[in-house]
Amino acid sequence: MRTQRIALQTILFKEIHRFLRIWPQTILPAAVTNGLYLLIFGALMGRRIGTIGGVPYLDYIVPGITLMSVITNSYSNVVSSFYSTKFQRHIEELIVAPVSEGVIVAGYVGGGIARGVLVGCVVTGIAALFTDLRVAHWEVLAGMGLLTAALFSLAGFINAVFANSFDAISIVPNFVLTPLVYLGGVFYSIDLLPEIWRRVSLANPILHMVNAFRYGFLGISDVPVDRAFMLIAGMTAALTLWAWWLLRRGTGIKA
Amino acid sequence: MSALSLRELRKTYKNGFEALQGVDLAVPAGEFFALLGPNGAGKSTMIGIICSLINKTSGEVRIFGHDLSREREAAKRRIGLVPQEINFNQFETVFNIVVNQAGYYGIRRREAMERAERSLRQVSLWDKRHTVSRQLSGGMKRRLMIARALVHDPGLLILDEPTAGVDVEIRHSMWEFLRTINRQGTTVILTTHYLEEAESLCRHIAIIDHGRIVVNSRMQELLTQVQTHRYTLELKQPIDQTPVVDGFVIEPVDAWTLRAELPPGTGIHRLFNELGAQGIEIHGLRNASNRLEQYFMQLVDHRRDSTQEA
Repeated sequence: MRTQRIALQTILFKEIHRFLRIWPQTILPAAVTNGLYLLIFGALMGRRIGTIGGVPYLDYIVPGITLMSVITNSYSNVVSSFYSTKFQRHIEELIVAPVSEGVIVAGYVGGGIARGVLVGCVVTGIAALFTDLRVAHWEVLAGMGLLTAALFSLAGFINAVFANSFDAISIVPNFVLTPLVYLGGVFYSIDLLPEIWRRVSLANPILHMVNAFRYGFLGISDVPVDRAFMLIAGMTAALTLWAWWLLRRGTGIKA
Repeated sequence: MSALSLRELRKTYKNGFEALQGVDLAVPAGEFFALLGPNGAGKSTMIGIICSLINKTSGEVRIFGHDLSREREAAKRRIGLVPQEINFNQFETVFNIVVNQAGYYGIRRREAMERAERSLRQVSLWDKRHTVSRQLSGGMKRRLMIARALVHDPGLLILDEPTAGVDVEIRHSMWEFLRTINRQGTTVILTTHYLEEAESLCRHIAIIDHGRIVVNSRMQELLTQVQTHRYTLELKQPIDQTPVVDGFVIEPVDAWTLRAELPPGTGIHRLFNELGAQGIEIHGLRNASNRLEQYFMQLVDHRRDSTQEA
């Protein structure tokens, strides 16, 4: 147990040190991009849009934009770091050592969560420059933020396990993740959609995360928050087992 | 006690290629052991399985008595690997690479930093501790992999072609270092294409070919089986025609140098006398035998012929 604990600390330390060392690539772009979103969609256009669900449009989009940055940063942190570890073959350092598969997954996912949460805090801080932030339910906010970061870190890990080129680690973020995020109720309420598209939107897990997170900030949601937690926790558990199993089999790593 | 014990180890890749066809091998603790074989013989697969980098198809691997499948942590803790290819983070500093590796073996950070200093000093890389690893020379990268492999004090050190592409001076200093750690009790398994390296360093040798161990012997016992001796003769005057001496095989190297092969039981003085009679004076003499290389080539040729006949 002691070996595994220290190994986990080592991987976490290495991963956090990695993204902090290259902060102009990992932290700064999220701050700039999401700052622009808040400025253009919130502060400038938001005045014309008015309110959604009884709150000003700028306030309405802050939780979604924050969670969007958590999703993209936790995913991209793990997918790029673990793929690079495979590509440069220093994954062999971990495979040769007595580190369990669970600890390797936990270490990389922990690094992704750390970056997702840090970027989320930075974006929230920038949002505070545009509006008076209030938090209705801290526990919901923290719980959904951490679960979302964990889920997308795991998804990034699995993407990296299967990837055999740098193209393969950009396909999912560009062509799957981005559309799901933008159609996940970040900028609008699904109550504004025709019934058929409202129902289709409910199949998008990101919609449930964004709404639960928004509930944490503002106390309003388009979906039941407890069901959103069950859905995301279930998906996180399933991806954890999948990631562990892939590593155990040596998929994409061992012959 | 065996540092490494393999029983009926088999590996069949997905394409059906049988890289290992039931390997049995025991490496006693404290041994300096050479594992040789032609390209594609199964050396890298065998090392990959021992180090958990390749999944075995069947068989058993024990490290100092610990079953690698059932007592993974205990078994892995005792192995250090210096792989053939550079496999550390090219963007990390030398010091962090070694400290992190110690952490993977459950060594606390403070102690890991002390051990990293000791390991890097041992391979003369302490001055480079803050250098990003991709900026190191080829020889330094090899030494870094040795420092990394030793940071957790493994009982068994496996080196897969550690001196490939390394200049002579560094190669000799690495040999001396390996001899020292072996004297201090570390079991060393070495694969190499430089057969003089294996002959110079190792006390025991196994040769693998077509996925099977075909020779497993003390180095001295094996070398005594090589009966022919080769000498390089340096001449006082250049010659324009290769001399012929009955009973000897003589080949020209250049106008000033000949290479002669002596059959068993033949004294070299007869060769001197015969050459002297033909007006050729010998200025110097060097033993050109690489007996292990001769043995290895004979074995591989013989096995290739047998396979073709079959």
